[in-house]
Amino acid sequence: MKHLLSIDDLDVAEIEAIFATAAEMHDVQTRDVKKLPVLRGRTVVNMFFEDSTRTRSSFEIAGKWLSADVINISAKGSSTSKGESLRDTVLTVCAMGVDGLVIRHPASGSALQASQWVDAAVVNAGDGQHEHPTQALLDAYTLRRHLGSLRDRHVAVIGDLTHSRVFRSNVQCLTKLGARVTVVAPPTLMPAGIVPWSRSAGFETSYDMDEVLPRADAVMMLRVQRERMSGAFFPSAREYTVGYGLTRNRLSLLKPDVPICHPGPMNRGLEIAADAADAAQSVVLEQVSSGLAIRMAVLYHLLAGEEV
Amino acid sequence: MALVIKGASLLGETTADLYVDDAGRLVDSAPDGADTLDADGLVALPGLVDLHTHLREPGREDAETILTGSQAAALGGYTAVLAMANTSPVTDTAEAALRVWELGREAGLVHVQPIGAVTRGLGGEELAELGLMARSRAQVRVFSDDGKCVHDARVMRRALEYVKAFDGVISQHSQDPTLAGPSACCHEGEISGRLGLAGWPGIAEEVIVARDVMLARHTGSRVHVAHVTTGGSVEVIRWAKAQGIDVTAEVTPHHLMLTTDLLIGYDPTFKVNPPLRPDEDVQALRAALADGTIDVVATDHAPHARHDKEHAFADAAFGMLGLETALSVVRTVMEDFSWADIARVMSTTPARIAGLSGQGQPLMTGSAAHVVLIDPDAQVTVDRDSSVSLSRNNPWHGRTLTGRVVHTVYGGRVTVRDGGLV
Repeated sequence: MKHLLSIDDLDVAEIEAIFATAAEMHDVQTRDVKKLPVLRGRTVVNMFFEDSTRTRSSFEIAGKWLSADVINISAKGSSTSKGESLRDTVLTVCAMGVDGLVIRHPASGSALQASQWVDAAVVNAGDGQHEHPTQALLDAYTLRRHLGSLRDRHVAVIGDLTHSRVFRSNVQCLTKLGARVTVVAPPTLMPAGIVPWSRSAGFETSYDMDEVLPRADAVMMLRVQRERMSGAFFPSAREYTVGYGLTRNRLSLLKPDVPICHPGPMNRGLEIAADAADAAQSVVLEQVSSGLAIRMAVLYHLLAGEEV
Repeated sequence: MALVIKGASLLGETTADLYVDDAGRLVDSAPDGADTLDADGLVALPGLVDLHTHLREPGREDAETILTGSQAAALGGYTAVLAMANTSPVTDTAEAALRVWELGREAGLVHVQPIGAVTRGLGGEELAELGLMARSRAQVRVFSDDGKCVHDARVMRRALEYVKAFDGVISQHSQDPTLAGPSACCHEGEISGRLGLAGWPGIAEEVIVARDVMLARHTGSRVHVAHVTTGGSVEVIRWAKAQGIDVTAEVTPHHLMLTTDLLIGYDPTFKVNPPLRPDEDVQALRAALADGTIDVVATDHAPHARHDKEHAFADAAFGMLGLETALSVVRTVMEDFSWADIARVMSTTPARIAGLSGQGQPLMTGSAAHVVLIDPDAQVTVDRDSSVSLSRNNPWHGRTLTGRVVHTVYGGRVTVRDGGLV
């Protein structure tokens, strides 16, 4: 594995290897001294062209705990705003001798394109509405800790699918690991062509959250941006919540102890009620710590010079 | 200088010599002291006419100039191109149109006929000076806001009515901006869904085509549908023609061959507006070209400087090159086409739609000597670096196509000989 651009780049054995490393890294997090020397002398640049708190700081801490030199470039405020192209920005930074480039950019495909321009290992930290592979890995890793094997377990992914890179990475990752996936959204928030796509990729679609929840072994809520109302995707926040929010009432439809995930940041009261976000079965904060372990594992596999 | 074109197969049917006098007209017998062009084994067609070319001058001379675009056209077998109005400044006045026309004459390789904007500054609101452009020496007859749709139905209606006075035609870029806005960059379908690219659904084209044919019926005017891309648009146009509505339509070489799955690697070379569609649309377009529902092939040659293409896919410019490869693409994909069919869709009919009386004429005595000579079975592998265009956004790079332009004669002057500019 040279880059991590898409879940499609990984086979099951590679995913398992990342999970095994992540489990070791998870243990490191509980130590008083958390630093491992494995990436000493390596330089990782976090190049973020979009606002991000959790993903950027997660990659930053992951790099630092592996002893890499980590530099954050918030490209929103750098030369991009002076009209420099993505290609020039990436080439310039990598000309400084970067080993790993963690990139988030609002354009789908940008991480793949960047990987074609430079020699550094590129990690896709979210490219537009396309993919967010470390998010999918950390979600699956978290669910594995609760459910054991994901084979034939039923995961409901609910929310704005059209605009979600988390959905696109997760549906691939979960199906690769043998899970049955049902994606739930109003028709306007399902991407074009999802019917043939779901058939060939082997997942289900539904408009009916209440029918799906009782069958779920895990629930993954996706963020819904309030500004989508201006694109006529749905009429009102209230109506969205009634149709597709994980409300207190809907918690009772779930089987006991079904884990509830959300990639954050949450819109409490819109797609997820506080009662669900803070429920005993919510794994939202565990996802954050798993994310750190997964990102340590990914950086380790890409940069420590050992094949997965 | 007088010319003898020796041994050409006229429309691929009968072999004969063509004689051209000093005035650049086809004549009955060999003039004295004529130059000779060897056309043994070559097919002769009337010079090609492109209804849809972006020459980028004035404004973006780093991407293409009227001279380099004319060179690309001549190498592609063209003797006339219609230059789209979306330059900077926009061709929305008689002065701007004349300037393009004059620069074309200075280049002298093809007839460069300006297309006038429909609306001032392509703004979609006020009519450009259509009549003054028509009355100018450039005699503009085709008007288009191409790159943008004349989306306001009232403005489109008025434009259609107004140009009836001088037998003008509105060439419409059919894209409802509420269904396919500026961010739409990929055919809306399974691939856009998987790639997370903003979709440009076929319906955004079809609703405008449907509206415009009804406006053409209502106004009794004629409308031309630029770059048709969907089977749905084809159905509408077929129906409209059956009703006797005065509508014509064009298809680009790329929409006849390339499909939306080329976008899977996010290569901006394949980013074009309207976008590449799935294979079922490509098949519908070929069938429509074959049965005459689509009248012509037009290139939508759209050169872009490298620095406008080397971006993230969503941020890269729309468009691809087409002039140098169009004939070979049509020859390759339209397997059942006779040479007469190719002459019809690439020369005669586009000349008629554009009102260019000197172009697209049959290869017979009295016609202006605009001739292209083609090696019908040559296999050519396209190399983007060998293009004379200033730009390199060439979607055909590395593809092998059938048929090659060997010589081009423009008004009796040899502009291309043995595949190279003279």
